[in-house]
Amino acid sequence: MKINNHILKSVLISLLVLVANTNIFAENHSEEKSEKSKYNPVPKIMHHIQNSHEWHLFDYKDSKGKLHPVSIPLPVILYTNGNLDVFMSSDFNHGNSEVQKEDRIYSIDSHGQIIEQKGATIFDFSITKNVASMLISVLLILFLLMSTANGYKKNKYAPKKIQAFLEPLILFVRDDIIKANIGPKYERYTSFLLTVFFFILINNYMGLLPGAANVTGNISVTLVLAVFTFIITTISANKNYWKHIFNPPTPLVLMPIMVPIEIFGVFTKPFALMVRLFANITAGHITILSLISLIFIAQSGSGNGAAFGVAPLSVLFVLFIYLIELLVAFLQAYIFTLLSAVFIGLAVKEDH
Amino acid sequence: MEAEAVDAGIKGIAAIGAGLSAIGAGIGIGLIGGKALEAMARQPEQSGMIQTNMFITAALVEGVALFGCVIALMQGS
Repeated sequence: MKINNHILKSVLISLLVLVANTNIFAENHSEEKSEKSKYNPVPKIMHHIQNSHEWHLFDYKDSKGKLHPVSIPLPVILYTNGNLDVFMSSDFNHGNSEVQKEDRIYSIDSHGQIIEQKGATIFDFSITKNVASMLISVLLILFLLMSTANGYKKNKYAPKKIQAFLEPLILFVRDDIIKANIGPKYERYTSFLLTVFFFILINNYMGLLPGAANVTGNISVTLVLAVFTFIITTISANKNYWKHIFNPPTPLVLMPIMVPIEIFGVFTKPFALMVRLFANITAGHITILSLISLIFIAQSGSGNGAAFGVAPLSVLFVLFIYLIELLVAFLQAYIFTLLSAVFIGLAVKEDH
Repeated sequence: MEAEAVDAGIKGIAAIGAGLSAIGAGIGIGLIGGKALEAMARQPEQSGMIQTNMFITAALVEGVALFGCVIALMQGS
């Protein structure tokens, strides 16, 4: 009896997996199918990775076969020539209309940027998809970490729930990353480094959800994080640090080479931090999206039968890459925090 | 016509560039993994520390390889 149950369960699960792999909703949404044009995945992939002024959820096809995009409109806040214009991005009608405020006419160009007809400089303070996603993730981080902190007030003994889950992680970051690399004066930098760690971690994980915004894969976000690290290392640097840069203990012959390299190194280290995080996360997203696009490419190339055949394979590959991306999300947060701690440690190191 | 051919040529070369940087990443991370496994075989009690350092070094090497990827992406689109 038990063996039969086991076999039945395995058969049912494999059937379920098989059925789940037939992507009934994975349809090619191109309208010019008359000459069987090959599906080009690049615009869709770029659209998923880039920031935009509306939060695009999905497209639905109505009975006539026309495509309607469904998205959440976000506020657009522009400051042009001393005038503050605030309106919802739905006024742009998915890029089809222009918005006129007094004598300024705004429109969205092909890259998703807002331009003004007379070419005036616009200061764009809009709540874009990335900003909205960051606000959501900040609320999530605040909730998680404040529950952990409150746990100390209530539970005097064993920690429970969220605190039990996050406390080893926080202690791991504090002991193995911050204390180990900065040394005796580590307490001044724990708040920044822990914030950076959790910000990158939560945003990496949220970016992996379907329909999410690609926050840490946006080079402006990683630029700001790297600039923070740069500012903190530069401000807290002591004399030894500058002495090592401008007067390294090398023979005089090598000084003309060493000093420019050291000065260059001051800037390349945060630059590498920025590019590493951006490229890892964006490359992961592009890989996942490209593997899903294989299904559509097979459909546009060889018809629905080929698409049904490619679908299980594609989904398996995507699952594999997704698992790698989960690891990469944690690893990149860890590496960013570790290297920031190392740079800060180098800056505050006392002479031996 | 000429401009399209040159454009397609640049995209093709960008793709080759991305592939070359992937070779660098593969060799680097392969070496790291190999040495890490050797070290873990020699001293099984240090496996935890060796594994941690392996991940750190792999992420650093991958960062450099992704520099190449980013340039290829920028040139390709």
